[in-house]
Amino acid sequence: MKSLILRTVAPLLIALMLMFSIFVLLRGHNEPGGGFIGGLIAVAALAIHGIANGVETVRRAIVFDPLAIAGAGLLMATLAGLISLWMQVPFMTGIWIEPSLLGQKVPLSSVMLFDTGVYLVVVGALTGVVLALEERGED
Amino acid sequence: MAVSSVPVDLSAAMVMTPTALVDWLIILPVVWCILVGAALMLVRRRVQAHARLAIPALALLVVMNAGLLYHVAVTGPVTMVMGRWLPPFGVAFTVDLTGALFALTAGLVALAGSVAALDDVNGSGRRYGFYPFLMLLMAGVNGAFLTGDLFNLYVWFEVLLISSFGLLVLGSERRQIDGAVKYGFLNLMATTLFLIATGLIYGVFGTLNMADIAIKVQAAPERAPLMTLTALFVLAFGMKAAAFPVNFWLPASYHTPRLVVSALFAGLLTKVGIYALIRVCGMLFPTSLAALSPVLSTIAVLTMLTGVFGALAQTDLRRLLGYLVIAGIGSMLAGIAMGGQGGFGGAVFYALHSIVVMTALYFAAGLAARAGGTASLAVLGGIYRSHPGLAALSLMLFFSVSGLPPFSGFWPKVMLVRTALDGGAFVLAASLLLAGFLTTIATARIFLLAYWRPATDETPPLAVVALPVSVLLPLVGLTALSLGIGLFPEPLLALVRVAAEGLVAPADYIGSVFPDGFPVAIPGGAAP
Repeated sequence: MKSLILRTVAPLLIALMLMFSIFVLLRGHNEPGGGFIGGLIAVAALAIHGIANGVETVRRAIVFDPLAIAGAGLLMATLAGLISLWMQVPFMTGIWIEPSLLGQKVPLSSVMLFDTGVYLVVVGALTGVVLALEERGED
Repeated sequence: MAVSSVPVDLSAAMVMTPTALVDWLIILPVVWCILVGAALMLVRRRVQAHARLAIPALALLVVMNAGLLYHVAVTGPVTMVMGRWLPPFGVAFTVDLTGALFALTAGLVALAGSVAALDDVNGSGRRYGFYPFLMLLMAGVNGAFLTGDLFNLYVWFEVLLISSFGLLVLGSERRQIDGAVKYGFLNLMATTLFLIATGLIYGVFGTLNMADIAIKVQAAPERAPLMTLTALFVLAFGMKAAAFPVNFWLPASYHTPRLVVSALFAGLLTKVGIYALIRVCGMLFPTSLAALSPVLSTIAVLTMLTGVFGALAQTDLRRLLGYLVIAGIGSMLAGIAMGGQGGFGGAVFYALHSIVVMTALYFAAGLAARAGGTASLAVLGGIYRSHPGLAALSLMLFFSVSGLPPFSGFWPKVMLVRTALDGGAFVLAASLLLAGFLTTIATARIFLLAYWRPATDETPPLAVVALPVSVLLPLVGLTALSLGIGLFPEPLLALVRVAAEGLVAPADYIGSVFPDGFPVAIPGGAAP
């Protein structure tokens, strides 16, 4: 779309939305939010990018094939469930480690890995759909 | 958070016993399929790597499912509850013999399909993602067979439905999309009904765990509108299984996709509906299913008859096979209508037989069409002369699907007819025999026209077509399996009897979910 206004505002919007999507993903741990909704926000950002600057730019920007991103997310989510194999607990049990980083305790969990996987699945799959639709619109 | 100031007794809410390695067999078939499917999506562009990854992966899946069957046969039903939560709160995977038998058969057929796809699914089909879709389809199918949670069953139905959409439109031809729309619309409707019924169950019982539902239905049958629930489930799963009168989507869509896809769908998808019908209606609501028996019997008879008459009227090979699938579904429904050990056992055995034989029949039909240059019975001819080996294999499968000895179709038919006679259901027994007889005529007609009849003038010139080994091999394997089951039915019969016993009296199933005898009381909760 050849709109000067949109193209000027787009970088700002996109950067904000992508950051917000990651904030929502991490916040989803103990409060409303999570991988699914965070992923949707990221897809919305990429969709705006596509409308403003064309689909090719988005494809270059995300480097990987959208469906490959979804595949990586699915792999990550499944592996997160498999971690419990080594702890002798059932599949998908939440497992925590709390390493110290610069004197600050950072709680990490397999749940977060799972949620990140969901985030990637949503981003990959829906970006694939959105880009295909936008491509059709450009013809 | 992990650190809490208040001491919490975790054993009130969580499974505290360490999970043995062998218990991972319960979840592994599903996890493995998802893992490989995801890996295949990652290497989506490297098409030639797909088959090399997927075929060994499916072979390993067969090994896992065989191991699971062995484990279940030795120890009885086994359960794993996800995330360590105690049932009925955690999502439980509970595997009994029925589920394990179905999963193993499905794995075998998927392996056969993946090998046959080497030839049948060409470059564009693979670029569209045949193998990733196949792996995710198998994740859905395995999940449906192994899960012990009603809503989880719904989720696996969705997984396999979405994958099946992808497989149906592989190549995006116009008539494929036409077929997929009909298939998709009816299946989505069935899934919606399933979801509504599941919601109703949750509203009434406050639980989705199948073992828990079974206990609560037994304890207080008057609390719930059981008849409504059962009728909703019968309708939803009947649509999936292609029962009359909601089966018109099957002949409308099964002849459009690629051969391997039709073969896998004909083998697997309708049987998932039958499995769900047996599991949910047969195990959870036995009394209301028995009350619905006259309706189900009528549906079964009509499904059988419309199936065989449709098969007799068709001239297109693949459409004809679609009607034979429906006729087989009718026989399984007859078993479910009769209920009890004999009825459920017959239905389970028939379903296992049908998974193998219908897939093989589609392979055979594809090869026949390849050899003769057309799939129309009006023009096909002379295959017996040009490809005697294929003719012999096809004849064996025709015998098997008609329920003639010494093939796998014979024994479930015997079980079903005998149960019908013992129970005084003479109409069902007569229809089963009549359907078998008419199937024999329908398949004999194929053999007469396509194989025995000398090539007609209209037949495309029969150059000696070399048949692809990658389709022949699975065809031979599945036919041998059918023959093997027909010749040595005892081991499978014994397993099926135990499986059916477990469905009629699910005490072991419930015991594996609740080893301490009863579910935890919910403090101040909705449950009694």
